[in-house]
Amino acid sequence: MSGLYNPTVAMITLRATLSRKRAFLFAIPAAILILLTVALKASRPPLRPWPSHVLGTFGFSVLIPLTALIIGTSVLGAEVDDGSVIHLLATPVRRSSVVLTKFAVATGLTVVFAAIPELIAALIAGGGTVPGQFGSGPGGPILGPVTISTGKFALGLFVGALACSVIYNAVFVMISAATTRAIAVGLLYVLVWEILMANFVSGVRLLSVSHYGLGIANGFINDSLLQAGLSALTSVILGAIVTVGALALAVRLLSGFTLKGEPA
Amino acid sequence: MTIELRNVSRWYGNVVAVNDITMSIEPGVTGLLGPNGAGKSTIMHMMAGFLPPSRGELTVAGEPSWRHPDLYRKIGLVPERDSVYAFLTGEQFVVSTAKLHELPDPDAAADRAITLLDMADATDRKIATYSKGMRQRIKVAAALVHDPEILLLDEPFNGMDPRQRLHMMDLLDKLGSEGRTILFSSHILEEVERLSGTIQVVVAGRLAASGDFRAIRRLMTSRPHVFTVRSSDDRLLGGTLIGRPAVTAVELTRNGLQVRTSDYGAFCRDIAVLARDHGVRLREVQPTDESLESVFAYLVAN
Repeated sequence: MSGLYNPTVAMITLRATLSRKRAFLFAIPAAILILLTVALKASRPPLRPWPSHVLGTFGFSVLIPLTALIIGTSVLGAEVDDGSVIHLLATPVRRSSVVLTKFAVATGLTVVFAAIPELIAALIAGGGTVPGQFGSGPGGPILGPVTISTGKFALGLFVGALACSVIYNAVFVMISAATTRAIAVGLLYVLVWEILMANFVSGVRLLSVSHYGLGIANGFINDSLLQAGLSALTSVILGAIVTVGALALAVRLLSGFTLKGEPA
Repeated sequence: MTIELRNVSRWYGNVVAVNDITMSIEPGVTGLLGPNGAGKSTIMHMMAGFLPPSRGELTVAGEPSWRHPDLYRKIGLVPERDSVYAFLTGEQFVVSTAKLHELPDPDAAADRAITLLDMADATDRKIATYSKGMRQRIKVAAALVHDPEILLLDEPFNGMDPRQRLHMMDLLDKLGSEGRTILFSSHILEEVERLSGTIQVVVAGRLAASGDFRAIRRLMTSRPHVFTVRSSDDRLLGGTLIGRPAVTAVELTRNGLQVRTSDYGAFCRDIAVLARDHGVRLREVQPTDESLESVFAYLVAN
């Protein structure tokens, strides 16, 4: 196929992903986030800082990575596991086209099951007033409390979540091409790297996908409570490098896909 | 188009799966025969471009198959593993394979392949509802959809009932006589018997025999056989059996007689006649060394 996107591969991938038993798992993290937001909104006065913490820290380092993990490892990893990928690979379809199509499908599903729920939760939570931060904003230095509109808050988080969906899926598709234990490896990466290390060791943020997302979100919102460790520009550049690098590696790995023989 | 292996070896860690095999698969039907674990699948995977040889040279239609997806325009592959896109109907599976091959008219190509495999009645059903034999056939239909010149089938007769098996054999025979290169693997001797042509016998990763099936079959039938015989009077039966030319040795054991014969057919006829003539009731006549391993071991030794 001359194009990078193959509609037949997309159709098979989408149907395979949604027909598997684990498809119902896709919606669980999103449901938890929305329920949590509704519960907090109902039980507390409209004060900060919980929306930034729940939607920022929890949303970006738990909800989106876990949803992307389940989806990103389904689109390729599940087929590699059960061997059905052979029917796809025994055709002249370019390996880059297989990887990019599966990545596109995974990203689309993650947007539906993580980024849009993040947007809905942000709209439910609403904006608010946050303590000021020292630094410069678009209108000069910001020192006092800042009011963030609901629209800006939701838009920022949604764009950040979109970026996270893209980058995470590139990483998980690559992991699926690299190992047959993609879910275990991916889960370990999310728990140890994204949740533990990135939130406690500041240097790790440079290599943390959730911090790229937070950085991009913060570029819109300018909310110190998001605890974004990276600027929006740095996040975009590093995110792009990780995405392109992971996908290139995935193509390379899939081109060398091997079938194990019977034990001799 | 031919498949050439020159001194091909493949090992996993320090386990050698395929050991220095040189063979050439020509147009027509060829059977790759060997006991389970002999390395047949490893050879198939290397030919199909899903495993690089550790050493040696392997070419399909003159080109190395490893990391060469364009070659799949010429190759059809039927993998052994029974993993298909079970959520698709048979027709969707074959049509999407045709699309992946970028065929100009995927629907027509799929129809042709489905008709060839006699699967038209079941194409509207999801593959999840298929029997194992039907799954095998829909896999073959998908592998044939782009009309490949080379067809590789890994244990294609697994799970097929006798009628499906005959149909598949006739189909392979027809495809082979059209000048295509058809290679199928099997661990069951009788399966290759009906399919004329050449065979390659692989035992423990090595090429044990190669060539015309009938010649190799003759070698196999003339090998010595051992039977376990239990009867109402083992001693009497043993005494009469040893007088027959086809019988080379008789041993009286607690569990009956161990009879060694050089002629399978003659022994089977003789023992029935002798038992009747001497009023001995046969309780069990069982060939003891019919395992494939012993057949192949005999081939290797010769």
